[in-house]
Amino acid sequence: MGHDPSAPGAPPSAPVDFTEVQQRPQFQELRKRHRSFVFPMAAAFLLWYFLYVLLADYAHEFMSTPVWGNVNIGLLLGLLQFVSTFGITMWYVSYANRRLDPIAEELRNDLEDAAPEVFKAPEGGTK
Amino acid sequence: MRQYLPLQTVETTQVGEPWLNITIFGIFVAITLVIVLRASRNNKTAADYYAAGRSFTGPQNGTAIAGDYLSAASFLGIVGAIAINGYDGFLYSIGFLVAWLVALLLVAELLRNTGKFTMADVLSFRLQQRPVRIAAAITTLAVCFFYLLAQMAGAGALVSLLLGIDDRLGQSLVITVVGGLMILYVLIGGMKGTTWVQIIKACLLIAGAFVMTIWVLALHDFNLSTLLGAAIETSGNPAITGPGLQYGASGTTRLDFVSLALALVLGTAALPHVLMRFYTVPTAKEARRSVVWAIWLIGAFYLFTLVLGYGAGALIGADRINNAPGGVNSAAPLLAFELGGPFLLGIISAVAFATILAVVAGLTITAAASFAHDIYANVVRRGKVDPDGEVKVARRTVVVIGVLSIVGGIGAQGQNVAFLVALAFAVAASANLPTIIYSLFWQKFNTQGALWSMYGGLLTAIILIAFSPVVSGGEKSMIQTADFSWFPLSNPGIVSIPLAFFLGWLGTVLAKRTEDAQKQAEMEVRSLTGVGAEKATSH
Repeated sequence: MGHDPSAPGAPPSAPVDFTEVQQRPQFQELRKRHRSFVFPMAAAFLLWYFLYVLLADYAHEFMSTPVWGNVNIGLLLGLLQFVSTFGITMWYVSYANRRLDPIAEELRNDLEDAAPEVFKAPEGGTK
Repeated sequence: MRQYLPLQTVETTQVGEPWLNITIFGIFVAITLVIVLRASRNNKTAADYYAAGRSFTGPQNGTAIAGDYLSAASFLGIVGAIAINGYDGFLYSIGFLVAWLVALLLVAELLRNTGKFTMADVLSFRLQQRPVRIAAAITTLAVCFFYLLAQMAGAGALVSLLLGIDDRLGQSLVITVVGGLMILYVLIGGMKGTTWVQIIKACLLIAGAFVMTIWVLALHDFNLSTLLGAAIETSGNPAITGPGLQYGASGTTRLDFVSLALALVLGTAALPHVLMRFYTVPTAKEARRSVVWAIWLIGAFYLFTLVLGYGAGALIGADRINNAPGGVNSAAPLLAFELGGPFLLGIISAVAFATILAVVAGLTITAAASFAHDIYANVVRRGKVDPDGEVKVARRTVVVIGVLSIVGGIGAQGQNVAFLVALAFAVAASANLPTIIYSLFWQKFNTQGALWSMYGGLLTAIILIAFSPVVSGGEKSMIQTADFSWFPLSNPGIVSIPLAFFLGWLGTVLAKRTEDAQKQAEMEVRSLTGVGAEKATSH
């Protein structure tokens, strides 16, 4: 375990200058793409969830308005929370596959090729 | 405190055949034990023991996450809550599901790329090792403790209903047996064995809930409106299809609900036993797939509980549920008996036992890993310990935690399990989430901010719980004979979570010492690209 580069507290993995990597345009682009998706999306679903929670908590009459038989607005909005959760999940996966993974993989390969001795000696493994 | 029940209700609620329930559960135990034994052959290194050699696929891990997450609280607690309080019970499940988006978008992949075995690996990556690790281990143990109590309390409730054991001694004996089995699984099987138990359990639980859901729907012409109508008729209260029955009573209960919602949605991505599961897959991409699978399975399951809850409300009725041994937690087993007689009840109760067993095993291995890896190996021995020694300590910790949870479970009998789990979520969201988010996304975050946020969040949450009506002063309090409560809400999240975020910010801006910029850069590059992430071990 002693030689494991990722063990927190291990001596800084000397041959790689991560501050330089962090400044590379390619990495900046990856970070921008990641953040510009996950932050607005997280904000949006939290807002939508709390809107629903507050309605359920403080607008009982509105939520109890019948829509179809005994099914009311509250139930429909609740089910819509399921739909939006599934939807955001699929959206994120497709975004990550298209926009994040290729660039992350390219960077990873560059770094691993540049300093194989740092990255290619995983503890206890051969893969 | 269990109420003395009038004779006639005891007769009507003694359901099923205890020997049948025990036999079906015994078969489950036998099968899983064989699998655990086979899986344990390759438990050589610490990565094997804690992280199953990082060799599970995304779908496998996603199923195991569902198995870990869909605890007795979800199954028994939510079905019971919907059966009795209608719509307000449904609100629980929505919070439990939506919360997974926090894990998916903000936490899972980045955590997989930067950590090794525990949450503390990530939190202490670029901060000062010892203080941050100690804090993270303490919060991990605290969350696991609350969660364990909930599960063991659920076990007690199940026992009284399913095995016809009503006296305290008998129940305690069964809790001891369940706890002992769990210790055996975790001791022998490590993470690999635990994961397989969770996968099998998730499949059984979701399949069982699916069958019952179809059954309930079939009895109501596959029409949700008809089902709701039947539930209204049985309860005699049209309000059960709308919100408000549980939380609408007063301004305080409404605020309590906002507090609960906050804890649920922010707590999931900070539950240590869930976070640890992300280390069992080989890459961040598999971690993402795990969450996607988990979201589909968990979402489907909560849709089933909606039908089951109203089904129990319609077919059994709130009075019979409340009067059954096990109270609100007995709605799902009673519904199974109503639908399929003793055999279906036997299956569903075995599944519920398996649920408790699997979740408790997952919590125990998390707590043990945190103690052995964070406190023993990295703090006490300052990283100078061979993995064998670390795993040995982890195994001993498993036994200690197992015994503690048995004792706690015996003490926590009769508490509503969904509610106890909500407290665990509040502690997780207060003590862990701010530091996780800050350390992954905020460049300037530092050690002082982390410590203030973790200790501040943890202490606030626990102190507010201790002085809430949950603990003293109310009819359903743990201590009914005294009243030292001054905090009006039963869930502390609305105060403790924002406070923990604030303390993390304040501690950071007030700190004189800055952290290593190189380390911050390394963490950010690693987290987004996965370079140098822990690989799968192959044998």
